[in-house]
Amino acid sequence: MDTRNTKVMNRFDVTKRLIAKLKHEEAVVGGIGNTNFDLWAAGHRPQNFYMLGSMGLAFPIALGVALAQPDRRVFALEGDGSLLMQLGALSTIAALKPKNLIMIVMDNGIYQITGAQPTPAAGVADLVAIALGSGLTNSAWAADEDDFERLIDEAMSADEPSLIALRIDDKPGVGATRRDPVQIRERFMHGLGVREPL
Amino acid sequence: MAIAEQKTSSQAGPGSGDKRWHSIVLQTLKRNEISLIPYVPDRVLTPLIKNLHADPFFTTFATAREEEAVGIVSGAWMGGRRGAVLMQTSGFATLANTLASLAVPYQIPLIMFVSERGTLGEFNYGQSLVCRTMRPVLDSLALEHHTITRLDELEFIADRSIKQAVTTQAPVALILNPLLTGGKTFDK
Repeated sequence: MDTRNTKVMNRFDVTKRLIAKLKHEEAVVGGIGNTNFDLWAAGHRPQNFYMLGSMGLAFPIALGVALAQPDRRVFALEGDGSLLMQLGALSTIAALKPKNLIMIVMDNGIYQITGAQPTPAAGVADLVAIALGSGLTNSAWAADEDDFERLIDEAMSADEPSLIALRIDDKPGVGATRRDPVQIRERFMHGLGVREPL
Repeated sequence: MAIAEQKTSSQAGPGSGDKRWHSIVLQTLKRNEISLIPYVPDRVLTPLIKNLHADPFFTTFATAREEEAVGIVSGAWMGGRRGAVLMQTSGFATLANTLASLAVPYQIPLIMFVSERGTLGEFNYGQSLVCRTMRPVLDSLALEHHTITRLDELEFIADRSIKQAVTTQAPVALILNPLLTGGKTFDK
């Protein structure tokens, strides 16, 4: 598939590149496992939300944030294995068309954190083609790091939801999120301006 | 007295005078500023879903799975917007992991309306079996839940439970029993 003729990048590196571009308190929802570990390692922000379970729900959670705060850009970072658990969410998002939602799929073809077993999609399914077929017309593979940054820039001013997929290597996450769900949720709500600290 | 009105018009009445179960649920949601309603449909919920769609106060839409709907209202809550999820008993049965790893530990006031199938005239054996898993799952997580059987108790239970969920930051399941809604029977 020529859509997969893209550079193999590194999750932590591209996560740092994304975070460096965020200047307007954009929300970022990190999916379970390495995805949010690297988000954490890229430097905590009050607008980051880290999932400690509920595999597959990064896009739905981000959709909820996007519907609640339509003037804020909302990013969701998800692994390929996680996305495969909740492909129906792509159609839900396509139907609602929240223009402030940007979905990023980190595709290494494996369940890295459980022992690098290949996913059922590895080598046979094209996640961008699935997204396009689900109605997310603004979906693309990032060819390399520069192309990823260009796609982020485009998504920042897009008038429809965006999905950007990257091929990544098999490296584990660099950090490990502190597993304190109440504090994660509370700080996220502070970061979104929903609440003030006590 | 709490007879469902499956055959009657599902159009919502103009406010407090309408005492049909689905009108009471809609008005209670609105009064509590719950405006985001993702659902996986159920036959019994049809009049409620139809009237929610027709009311511009609500953002009402179907999701592919109940877990997805829980994720959406959880994100919305954190962003400052209240939601509730509508589902059927069998849909609740798909939620144990999401309740245990998202709604409960993150202390999210997840409001669930569950149309109860599997009892009081169920004709599908699988539905009757999956229904028996619902309350043990709720109890195992010590989640607040109420089974609503009477029309005259519906508004009190729903309104108080929504307020309690929000103020205690804890999920609640409101189970709409066939005694309230009429349920689904074989001839339908």
